[in-house]
Amino acid sequence: MLNMNLYSRGDKGFVILNMVLLGIFTLSTLYPFIYIASLSMSTGFEARAGNVVLTPVGFTLEAYYQVLSEPLFWTSYKNTFIYTIGGTLMSLAFIIPGAYALSRPQLFGRRFWNLMVAFTMWFNAGMIPFFLNMRDLGLLDSYFGIIIGFAVNGFNIILLRNFFEGIPQSFEEAARMDGANEFQVLWKVYMPLSKPAIATVALFCIVSRWNGFFWAMVLLQDEDKIPLQVYLRHVIVELSDDEEFAASLLESSYSFETVSAAIIVCSIIPILLIYPFLQKYFNKGIMLGGVKE
Amino acid sequence: MTAPESNTGGSTEELVIEAKEALRIRKRGRIERISTHMRREWQLYLMLLPTIVWLLVFLYKPMYGLQIAFKDYSIFRGVAASPWVGLEHFQTLFGNDQFIRALRNTVYISLLSLLFGFPMPIILGLMFNEILHQLFKKTAQTIVYLPHFISSVIIAGIVITAFSPSAGIVNTILGWFGLDSIYFLTKPEWFRPIFVGTTIWQEAGFQSIVYLAAIAGISPTLYESAVVDGASRWQMMWKITLPSIMPTIIIMLIIRIGNMLEVSFEMIILLYQPATYETADVVNTFIYRQGLQGGQYDLAAAAGLFNAVVAFVLVMSANTISKRYSRTSLW
Repeated sequence: MLNMNLYSRGDKGFVILNMVLLGIFTLSTLYPFIYIASLSMSTGFEARAGNVVLTPVGFTLEAYYQVLSEPLFWTSYKNTFIYTIGGTLMSLAFIIPGAYALSRPQLFGRRFWNLMVAFTMWFNAGMIPFFLNMRDLGLLDSYFGIIIGFAVNGFNIILLRNFFEGIPQSFEEAARMDGANEFQVLWKVYMPLSKPAIATVALFCIVSRWNGFFWAMVLLQDEDKIPLQVYLRHVIVELSDDEEFAASLLESSYSFETVSAAIIVCSIIPILLIYPFLQKYFNKGIMLGGVKE
Repeated sequence: MTAPESNTGGSTEELVIEAKEALRIRKRGRIERISTHMRREWQLYLMLLPTIVWLLVFLYKPMYGLQIAFKDYSIFRGVAASPWVGLEHFQTLFGNDQFIRALRNTVYISLLSLLFGFPMPIILGLMFNEILHQLFKKTAQTIVYLPHFISSVIIAGIVITAFSPSAGIVNTILGWFGLDSIYFLTKPEWFRPIFVGTTIWQEAGFQSIVYLAAIAGISPTLYESAVVDGASRWQMMWKITLPSIMPTIIIMLIIRIGNMLEVSFEMIILLYQPATYETADVVNTFIYRQGLQGGQYDLAAAAGLFNAVVAFVLVMSANTISKRYSRTSLW
């Protein structure tokens, strides 16, 4: 609106320099992804020789063939879907009703319950007691343990609660008049009005589930249950030091580097697919959960 | 509220009895009120119940388990039955070179991240604000936000590949200038720059959103009158935009300092190796190695408790300061 008349004030040099610098930063963010994609489609020999800079050298999809023909890759991919979908649904099942109850003014002890949620954001028992607790509960090496053990998150509850609190009471009056109970009010009035906030929380859950690796690595020993990120770690971090493994690949058309790159590409794709949705909602999410006026 | 009429002229005992009676009625009224409230609102409590139970089982119970920091923990005896040893683990920790080193590294890496990582999103936000070409702006934003959503394993994988001694692009570029290739990830002196650089690369773009939102809230009339006065864009950025978002900057700085100890140790676990422990090992990676890998649960829990208490004090002070500063609580 006011931009046009500001633009013509002889600030061309400033504007152009700014654009160039920002362009460089943007390209430097983008470049590693292009590099990895090119690496994944280059021959092992060229990759090892360090000849891949921008585009694939000696184009081949051999690395993808290697990755996709590994059963453990598919198992871990499937597991990640189980953890992501199961975990997100579980989180929503806890968080939506919980946040709604906490947003109701008539809730007895509301301050106390809210404090109980917020306190978990300030003080954390740490990884050892959490791990021992999971073990005592018999939740090691179990799908259910991963899904339930990380279901609730104080930040997400507070985010959604703030949103519910912002919805004017007048919206529910008609439903109350018709004798709707709390569940019906939540389901028919609040949830439809809170779609953006719920979508934000759901997306936060999806991303953190998809990306989560530390606790999956600690809590899961059984190879058949590990998610993609743990499998990735095994291949990239552990095999990168394995000279024997590297040597075994010397003669082939793929190498450790191209295979790693191919796995990285395969695991980024789903995030790229939901990225447009993420972009739509995370602005709102940050504002909702951030500094509260 | 006023005294009952019947007690005019009554003895002290009668007064006491009456008072007791009144209290009983009020108490019964209270119980009745609560019970009608519960009858009417039980659904709310049913909705709240799963969350509260979850918090108790998964977050508050481990807080009870923290007592092993003061105990000689044995798996077979369990948390409650293990014998107390007082502050022994804390004495061991503070006499342990590795723990001291981890503490030092944590503070050092946090300060480096603060120094280089904190200004970056502000600069990006200001720069994005000056871009008038909407397509360029949207595209650039889409790209720089992306790494935030990529897992640390993938980011670490990219770093490991890019810095690899044989195939990595970094060494290829060094080769163009006739420099010898360096196996960066085994060099202690390179760990911190690589780690801090990686986290900035991953998060700076995304963090700029907060500042962009603050900038969006600045009144356009300020700029309009500046234009009338013949101010250049550079001047407006320094004299209007930056001062206007100062409260946001200060709040973000306070939050950042409050979360100082939260070095993203997942990334460190992925990138460090024994050769670089010297500069890379932080408190959380120390806890992970001693506790989860080495089985010294009690000692590691003590280190964790120390970490959590310091973090708690930092966060609470940050909140108090920000409340005073901005009259808005962070929570």
